[in-house]
Amino acid sequence: MTASDTTQGPRRALNDWLGSRVSAWAALDRRVQQLQRGGNVNVDEALQAANDYRRIGRDLALAQQLGAPLSTTNFLARQYAGLHQVLTRPASRPWQDLRVLLQQAVPAAILQLRPRILWIAVLLLGTAAIGWILVTLNPALAGLVASRAMIDEVENGRLWTDGLLNLVPPAVLSAQIFTNNILVAISACCIGALYGLGTFYMIGINGFMLGAAFAFTRQHGLDGRLFEFIVAHGIVELSVIVIAGAAGLSLGEALIRPGRLTRRAAFEGAVRQAAAVMLVCIAFLIGAGVIEGFVSPDESFPLAARGVIGVCYMVLFVSVLTGAAWRRPAISAAVTADAVP
Amino acid sequence: MHEQGLKVRSRNIDSLRIESITGVDVELPLAGPGGRSYAFIIDWHIRVLIALFWLLIAMIIANVTGITADLVKFMIFGPPTVIYLFYHPVLELAMSGQTPGKRMAGVRVVTRNGQPPSIGAILIRNVFRLVDSLPAFYTVGLLSTLVTRDSVRIGDLAAGTVLVYLPVNSRKASQRQAVLATQTRLAPDEAELVSDVIERWPQLAPATRRQLAVKLLVRAGLPATDMDNFDDARLAAALRDLLVPQR
Repeated sequence: MTASDTTQGPRRALNDWLGSRVSAWAALDRRVQQLQRGGNVNVDEALQAANDYRRIGRDLALAQQLGAPLSTTNFLARQYAGLHQVLTRPASRPWQDLRVLLQQAVPAAILQLRPRILWIAVLLLGTAAIGWILVTLNPALAGLVASRAMIDEVENGRLWTDGLLNLVPPAVLSAQIFTNNILVAISACCIGALYGLGTFYMIGINGFMLGAAFAFTRQHGLDGRLFEFIVAHGIVELSVIVIAGAAGLSLGEALIRPGRLTRRAAFEGAVRQAAAVMLVCIAFLIGAGVIEGFVSPDESFPLAARGVIGVCYMVLFVSVLTGAAWRRPAISAAVTADAVP
Repeated sequence: MHEQGLKVRSRNIDSLRIESITGVDVELPLAGPGGRSYAFIIDWHIRVLIALFWLLIAMIIANVTGITADLVKFMIFGPPTVIYLFYHPVLELAMSGQTPGKRMAGVRVVTRNGQPPSIGAILIRNVFRLVDSLPAFYTVGLLSTLVTRDSVRIGDLAAGTVLVYLPVNSRKASQRQAVLATQTRLAPDEAELVSDVIERWPQLAPATRRQLAVKLLVRAGLPATDMDNFDDARLAAALRDLLVPQR
């Protein structure tokens, strides 16, 4: 036997094998492309795809072992990866996912975030107090948080929110408000990725502005009206800012102190937790925007009605966040248990 | 197929290797800053074109109906803002991790298990554009793709996703396999070499391709003296005939 014979044998075997498989690969390629386009797949097609996946995996391993041309192994690797993506596509169960999110993920995340919520609330109130004190001591500092037009309005005994409905229809106003609020809340959370510093900055600025605005309006006897304006929507709105800040803080903390996890895994986990909470917060911000567009500027709503709306909305918000809204009372569970024979 | 059976085994600089239940690793080539930027620029232009088109329509409507200035402002800027904010998440959801720009660039968003991303992952990676776009022109995002191992931006780090090139075989690749496997008498590695030279023929310098072609033809057993009088086209034809003999 010559050296040429010993090399020609495996080559011929490889060629024969390639020749025997190429039509199967072409058919498979068509099936993969069809599956990649999406749509419903029946049981037979799913089983066929699972079989194809195993077969193409085997072919790829064999091709690599036999030293098949690079273009062939690349071709098979692409087919294999394509099928992998099709087969491992997660099932779409949006309602079930939403239920799990609301009943389990959000309450669990809120429990984890509790200490940070407290600290961010302290930061907001602290900076609000600083804003209040500074503007009370030096009224000119109001220019830091309000435009010239707003200052003029207040100095003339009018709030900048007066007659808002004469200028913009409530629906447009609501849409503008909730879009802005959602962007602020999301920013307060996401910017926590900069090691939490961005969140501190945003919460601090918001607190300062709140305190300064109240101090400035108080100097002109309008603080009561400002409170009247914000009470219906502001309780939830401010709570959302605090919670968004707490979520942002958790992102920064995950990067600074990842614990046993890698920084990447800790950050990913913190983001998942924050995202669950922020989803609920955003839904409630839309509601707050609607209240701010339709109720807050409407002078026909008395303070008591605004207070009731604000408190009830906050109770609903808290009960959704803590999962209390979905929990069955213990008594009804006991009655149900008794009724089962 | 269960997710439990899958885990990321290792990551090369330019590809993501995933352990599969079959025992053969799945390899997905990662898209770097270039592929990402290419896709983004296409998407950005699509968004601008849609916004401009809407601007034109809104201005016509405003002129015809004579609505208030605030409503005009809202009508002009509202929809383009919605398009700007929702273009990526909505299309990535609808197109399984792709947008028109990503499709043209041949890339797709996948999880680090190689799976199509969930709704949550898509929303997270898009919300974090707020951070990636800081301070301007996606500077944070671009820097992040340059320094991270998988060339990912902050949004991808947050969502646990990566951008990979689509594992799709082109028609040309399929045809090439058919030729290599059934129509040639050459050994697979030789057939591939000849096929490569034929494919790159127009890009190669005339002297280089002549030299390569002669070497390959001589290796296949053709006398070198015969080829002295062959011109460029004849050499290319001889190579094609060597790969797939004409009957």
